[in-house]
Amino acid sequence: MRDIPTNPDNLIAGETGDWEIVMGLEIHAQVSSNAKLFSGASTEFGADPNSQVSFVDAGLPGMLPTINERCVEQAVRTGMGLNAEINLYSVFDRKNYFYPDLPQGYQISQFKQPIVGRGTVTIELSDGSTKEIGVERLHLEQDAGKSLHDQHPSQTYVDLNRCGVALMEIVSDPDMRSAEEASAYVEKVQRIVRYVGSCDGVMAEGSLRADVNVSVRRPGGELGTRCEIKNVNSMRFIRQAIEHEARRQIEILEDGGKIDQETRLYDPNKGVTRSMRSKEEAHDYRYFPDPDLLPLEMEQEWVDAIRASLPELPDAKKARFMADFGLSEYDARTLVSDRDSADYYEAVASGRDPKLSANWVTTDLFGYLNRTGINIAESPIKAAQLGQLIDRIIDKTISGRIAKEVFEVMCETHQDPDAIIAEKGLKQVTDEGAITAVVDQVIAENPDKVADVQGGKEKLLGWFTGQVMKLSGGKANPQAVNKILREKILGD
Amino acid sequence: MAMNSDLTGLTLAEARDALAKGETTSVELTEAYIAAVAAARPLNAFVTETPEKAIEMAKASDARRSAGTVGAMEGLPLGIKDLFCTKDVLSTASSHILDGFQPPYESTVTTNLWNAGAVMLGKLNMDEFAMGSSNETSYYGPVANPWRPEGDNRTFVPGGSSGGSASSVAAEIVVAATGTDTGGSIRQPASFTGIVGAKPTYGRCSRFGVVAFASSLDQAGPMTRTVRDAAIMMGSMVGFDPMDSTSVDMPVPDFESALTGDIRGLKIGIPAEYRIDGMPPEIEKLWQQGEAWLRDAGAEIVPISLPHTKYALPAYYIVAPAEASSNLARYDGMRFGLRVDGNDLTETYEKTRAEGFGAEVQRRIMIGTYVLSAGFYDAYYLKAQKVRTLIGQDFEQAFGQVDAILTPTAPSAAFAAGEKSGDPIAMYLNDVFTVPASMAGLPGMSVPAGLSDNGMPLGLQVLAPAFDEMTMFRVGGVLESAAAFSARPRKWWLA
Amino acid sequence: MSLDKDTVRRVARLARIEVAEDRLEALGQELNQIIGFVEQLDEVDTSSVAPMTSVAKQKLRWRADEVTSGGQAEKVTANAPASDMNFFVVPKVVE
Repeated sequence: MRDIPTNPDNLIAGETGDWEIVMGLEIHAQVSSNAKLFSGASTEFGADPNSQVSFVDAGLPGMLPTINERCVEQAVRTGMGLNAEINLYSVFDRKNYFYPDLPQGYQISQFKQPIVGRGTVTIELSDGSTKEIGVERLHLEQDAGKSLHDQHPSQTYVDLNRCGVALMEIVSDPDMRSAEEASAYVEKVQRIVRYVGSCDGVMAEGSLRADVNVSVRRPGGELGTRCEIKNVNSMRFIRQAIEHEARRQIEILEDGGKIDQETRLYDPNKGVTRSMRSKEEAHDYRYFPDPDLLPLEMEQEWVDAIRASLPELPDAKKARFMADFGLSEYDARTLVSDRDSADYYEAVASGRDPKLSANWVTTDLFGYLNRTGINIAESPIKAAQLGQLIDRIIDKTISGRIAKEVFEVMCETHQDPDAIIAEKGLKQVTDEGAITAVVDQVIAENPDKVADVQGGKEKLLGWFTGQVMKLSGGKANPQAVNKILREKILGD
Repeated sequence: MAMNSDLTGLTLAEARDALAKGETTSVELTEAYIAAVAAARPLNAFVTETPEKAIEMAKASDARRSAGTVGAMEGLPLGIKDLFCTKDVLSTASSHILDGFQPPYESTVTTNLWNAGAVMLGKLNMDEFAMGSSNETSYYGPVANPWRPEGDNRTFVPGGSSGGSASSVAAEIVVAATGTDTGGSIRQPASFTGIVGAKPTYGRCSRFGVVAFASSLDQAGPMTRTVRDAAIMMGSMVGFDPMDSTSVDMPVPDFESALTGDIRGLKIGIPAEYRIDGMPPEIEKLWQQGEAWLRDAGAEIVPISLPHTKYALPAYYIVAPAEASSNLARYDGMRFGLRVDGNDLTETYEKTRAEGFGAEVQRRIMIGTYVLSAGFYDAYYLKAQKVRTLIGQDFEQAFGQVDAILTPTAPSAAFAAGEKSGDPIAMYLNDVFTVPASMAGLPGMSVPAGLSDNGMPLGLQVLAPAFDEMTMFRVGGVLESAAAFSARPRKWWLA
Repeated sequence: MSLDKDTVRRVARLARIEVAEDRLEALGQELNQIIGFVEQLDEVDTSSVAPMTSVAKQKLRWRADEVTSGGQAEKVTANAPASDMNFFVVPKVVE
């Protein structure tokens, strides 16, 4: 374990002094693939019971596993996203235990020799700082089926549709010290798997799930006994579960008790964690290499080709946005949060002012999408349309203020900005004659204020500009208005 | 028209030729065998007879032949070891735990045989989950060896685990049978019943649809009356199968063409370590006789050493039970087969498996569970897999010097039922000569070569390098001709 | 190494095989006989030997990511001791 200096902001005050939370996460990410890891059944979500089950998945006698190449590739892509070592030689092991949703009586997983080794994930925190979280490993394994306990008073119903779907288990080092860090880590991993396209990352459907290992200790002291909180399926619940669990452990320790190493389940309705299965016996999974499968071997050239085909990853993209476009860390972080946003932004910014583009995308467009709950990929306002709007600001066809108005109309009608500008006659007035007429009118109507300006209150000029803009319906070019006002009042 | 007993007296090659010449039909042949099977029920060789299916398949075969389509096994009625899953036909592995199990799929090996035109007479009895060397562990009762010493009315074991296969071939109630061999389960019963049993190189026969015992060792093969029959049938069983990750994608030679009768110049290894303490003189004598036959046929006899032979059996009794303990975890009463209800889930598991598995299977699951359990893995399983590497290296070195190896198949002739069933280790020692090649994945066959002092059959084993079944058949064929084994069991069950 | 009663009980539990309390001792003896037999391997020096991974000296083949199976819930559950609406029905699992 790396030595991580204690951050005083992360400490929790107890009755007997401060405590520090120590966390490691196991993320299970469902591999995006058409078929399962070792069978040809579909991975699609939400089908009828046992309709996506091959005889292999059902563990029928004599059935044998064959590996899906796409799942191997996805694990490699993810490993690269985690800046991790890719192991050209890895081994599938059987993890033996009995459970009705585990038809073979063992899960095919990787124990001693996983496909992906050590890596690092950089997380970004709300105060603008970043932190490196170590990744111990990533391995491929089979998902289990689903047990339904509410169908019958005395029986459990088992559906094996998910059984055998490929999972990537991503194991972090115990490097996290706060609920925020833990959720930032999950968010970052989610972003990475989405960038590389290896997992859709939808927590609500269970395609990304996190088990959180939580322990508490005195700041910088010996590690405490940890509890594993299983299958926490939203970012909010991760934070809540950790905070509750840490408080629970601290209370026990401060009362002189000791923590039992156990698996706990977060109950989002009650906001508490509770002990899961009472482990009447210690687990003894009897791992051994699966004799139905040979070791998984990959060619270096194949791995290199995958690396070459990898999209730009979020960290690299953020750095480029800051360096090439001069964006703030905050804007860059916001824009790379998913590939579609980053792509959209790049399309808008192409050949245009990058900062102005970033403002329009992060403020106006994101605001509209958030309001309407529309995904950026499905945005009815296309990047080319937003680009056109920005072009009209740059070429002074409209002012920034009118542009906001045009944008509102775009949100309603999805029309091109040029069409809206023409239709509503919003083209900016740059004709000095027309502007001068309005300026003259305002000056004539406010002789006292003219005197004030001339008497030294130059700030009042802004008031005059506003009046002229108002009378021109916002269409007057503000720079021209300003110039003429200064000429007329101050004789500049 | 030929008499029934004449028909069942034909070897596979002879029946094939008779069918080709139109001297008989598949339906005629199949009917003769159906009658022979029914008459031989005292042998208890079948778990399930499928006469109606057999006739239907025979009719289809005759129709194909009329239409000019003739497969390599066209119209030939076979028995299928009950370890092979056969679609919609009860498939039990001779275990109570597979009660009523009718697979919705067919094993690749049997699919290959049906595609070659063969006909299924039924499913053959065996040791439960292929665990045993005497066919006394079957839930469906022991199988009797058709052979009995003269004047001895006791039942003798047919060997195992493919005991029903061996017994039915020896009794001429099937043309041939499929077997499976994990540590000798084809070769040892072949030796005990005076037939030919051949195990190809690991990876030649697909394991898809074959109930798994020990995945790294299990391999299907033919059990037949002659070496030629074995060569023909093996050709129709093997072949690359993408459904089995351990199946090899290699061309399949015409095994029958290996039977040239000419082994001049071949080097035959005689491994010193197979001369074990307490080997019965009759076995020793037969082995020397085999050596002489091959020398007389022009082969060069070369003494070789396989230094880790002694450790093959103990290593096997770690690896095979370990894999079995995991492979048999799926028999839990949840999705198929027997369920014995308990008060809760765990009790249901425990009762189902306690009632569903017989004593030997339970013993091996326990051993396998133990050797894989925390703290013991390195000492047992890993150690055994290392020893396995050494066994493989022994053979590689030996096959650097010789083309094939000759050994006895088993350390004794068939014994009387019950004689060794109380002593697991004594039973395990039956496989002392067959297990090493299994551990190395090599092809091997047993050829009937003589009779014991009490008139029971004895076999000699021919081992060959990986994927060189051609040499195995070539040597086996010469051995068979030289031995001219013509003794047949007296059909006491007809009396 | 030898298997005492507690070990036999633990192994039976791991293997989910019910063994009556009065059978534990005898079963332990049977298993000990086998364990004693396999412990001959201790004589072999394997310090510089790699464990065998597979006798099949080939690489794991990969299959294409295509859906080739499914839509057969009736067949999948046809052999089940208990099923309902194409679910497998099993004794209540308590979590």
